[in-house]
Amino acid sequence: MFISIFNAFESGIIFAIMALGVYLTFRILDFPDLTVDGSFVTGGAVTAILITNGMPAIIATFIAIVCGFIAGTITGLLNTKGKVNPLLSGILMMTALYSINLRIMGQSTIPLLNQSTVFTQLKNVFESAGLDGIINQGLTGLGLERTPSTYSVLLVMLVVTFFIKFVTDYFLKTEIGLALRATGDNERMIRSFSANTDFLTVIGLGFSNALVALAGGLYAQFTGFSDLNMGIGMIVVGLASVIIGESVVGTKSIMRTTFAVIIGSIIYRVVVTLALRADFLDNGDTRLITALLVILALVMPRLIETYKERTRKKKKRVALTEQIKEGA
Amino acid sequence: MLALEHVSVTFNEGTADEKKALQSIQLTLEQGEFVTVIGSNGAGKSTLMNMISGALYPDVGTVSINQQNVTALPEYKRAKRIGRVFQDPMAGTSPTMTIEENLAMAYSRNKKRYLVPGVNKKRRELFKEKLKTLHLGLEDRLNAKVGLLSGGERQALSLLMATFTEPDILLLDEHTAALDPSRAALITDLTGDVVKETGLTTLMVTHNMQQALDLGNRLIMMDKGQIILDIRGAKKQALTVEKLLHEFQRIRGTHLDDDRAILG
Ligand SMILES: Nc1ncnc2c1ncn2[C@@H]1O[C@H](COP(=O)(O)OP(=O)(O)OP(=O)(O)O)[C@@H](O)[C@H]1O
Ligand SMILES: [Mg+2]
Repeated sequence: MFISIFNAFESGIIFAIMALGVYLTFRILDFPDLTVDGSFVTGGAVTAILITNGMPAIIATFIAIVCGFIAGTITGLLNTKGKVNPLLSGILMMTALYSINLRIMGQSTIPLLNQSTVFTQLKNVFESAGLDGIINQGLTGLGLERTPSTYSVLLVMLVVTFFIKFVTDYFLKTEIGLALRATGDNERMIRSFSANTDFLTVIGLGFSNALVALAGGLYAQFTGFSDLNMGIGMIVVGLASVIIGESVVGTKSIMRTTFAVIIGSIIYRVVVTLALRADFLDNGDTRLITALLVILALVMPRLIETYKERTRKKKKRVALTEQIKEGA
Repeated sequence: MLALEHVSVTFNEGTADEKKALQSIQLTLEQGEFVTVIGSNGAGKSTLMNMISGALYPDVGTVSINQQNVTALPEYKRAKRIGRVFQDPMAGTSPTMTIEENLAMAYSRNKKRYLVPGVNKKRRELFKEKLKTLHLGLEDRLNAKVGLLSGGERQALSLLMATFTEPDILLLDEHTAALDPSRAALITDLTGDVVKETGLTTLMVTHNMQQALDLGNRLIMMDKGQIILDIRGAKKQALTVEKLLHEFQRIRGTHLDDDRAILG
């Protein structure tokens, strides 16, 4: 139980990077970008093929980021220069990427089991420093029987993901970042303030898919393989994270919303993990659970709001009738 | 300052919907001129504005700013030198962003945008000072989302954003039309003040004849894509609404449709 929740946290924090990318397009640019399903796999594919060919994992991961960026800019160019509708631009790119990803990998799955990945390297560092042992001693002291094999993934990914969050927060407050936000909010207005909205859309999509590819590359190293189909439904997972996070944490400011997205991603993983423990549900039901979660996150806040409003009005009515009675 | 030569544009050319929106427009504006533009619906006023801003390109003819031919320059490049306020109060600001962030975007208009914070201490002081000139108390609400402001407040902010970097040309397209009379009067006054203070070369479209007469030092009337009347200086001061209507009748041989628009 503890182990599977721990794993959910680990993957949640990795997927949060992808969710931040989805947040950039869906919320900031107001561009429903479906490239994600493809660029996530591109990240995994590029990382896997480079690592198996002997490249250091960290460099392979960086190259994956660049490839994601390029994929995103192509979607952006399709939309801004080719005047293709945003949804269709993303779908076309996603479709093309499927074949491209297969070309990159040369086969539909690449195992990374005996390779040196960023995570095996981190694990080694933690082991030789004895860090995992110390934490686990503490936990067994608390009465836990089975403990995670390493904390390196969780701790380092927390640092990396929050670093990305803070960079994103900062970026969205810069002169270029403001113009990018306005492009999604009121394109005509920001063009009348001399911003090149086409360029901003293109780089915005580039950044977004760079993050998505990074998440894909890390996820492949985390699970120990890259698979051609690991991106299917990724966009919905990203959206689920954004929506769940927003409804739980709120959207008062940019900083809060990016935090919400990370929390949303973790909540999503944990809830799915817990749900799958139920006897009557199996892996095939993940999508159904996802859809239900998103629906819940979309509908619940409104229901709560209506309920609060109704009780508030009821109280007011009661108070008024009492007043009238007293007056009579 | 601004020169349009033989500017023509036809929409849906060669179809049943063909519309000659502008027909060989000749217009020169001197530095500091404040021109009010009137004309019935569909006369081509907004199209003229869009030609100047670069939102539309002419079929033939040239547009020059400061002797530089800008006919093929895209809108976002021309925007460094042209401030605009639209009719729709929603159009000139970014609703999900704060007042100071909106001002920061306007501040970057004539500069290159960098990866440095858009709002800093120094700029915030400047924004506050500028907002005070509106007398709406917006200087105390720098972190309020612009979407929460009323139409009048937004339009005042739009006007400030369009003008405070002192562009070469200011384009106002019925920017008071969507407001209630008292708010419209407020924005009209602000417009008069700003233009007087900065000496901006201004084109202002309005359906309110009285406003067109009260403001500015030159008046042009458009009809069917042409400029049919161009009056300036002392002659403009002497104009009245009656004289204008009479003039239209004399030129066009018909009554000016006295729809809501014209008498406003
Ligand atoms: N993009 C377009 N496509 C087709 N026709 C257009 C387009 N823009 C304007 N028109 C037509 O060109 C003519 C001039 O339009 P314009 O908007 O310039 O008029 P206007 O003088 O601003 O009118 P109003 O007072 O109603 O704002 C109108 O007949 C309009 O229908
Ligand atoms: Mg118009």
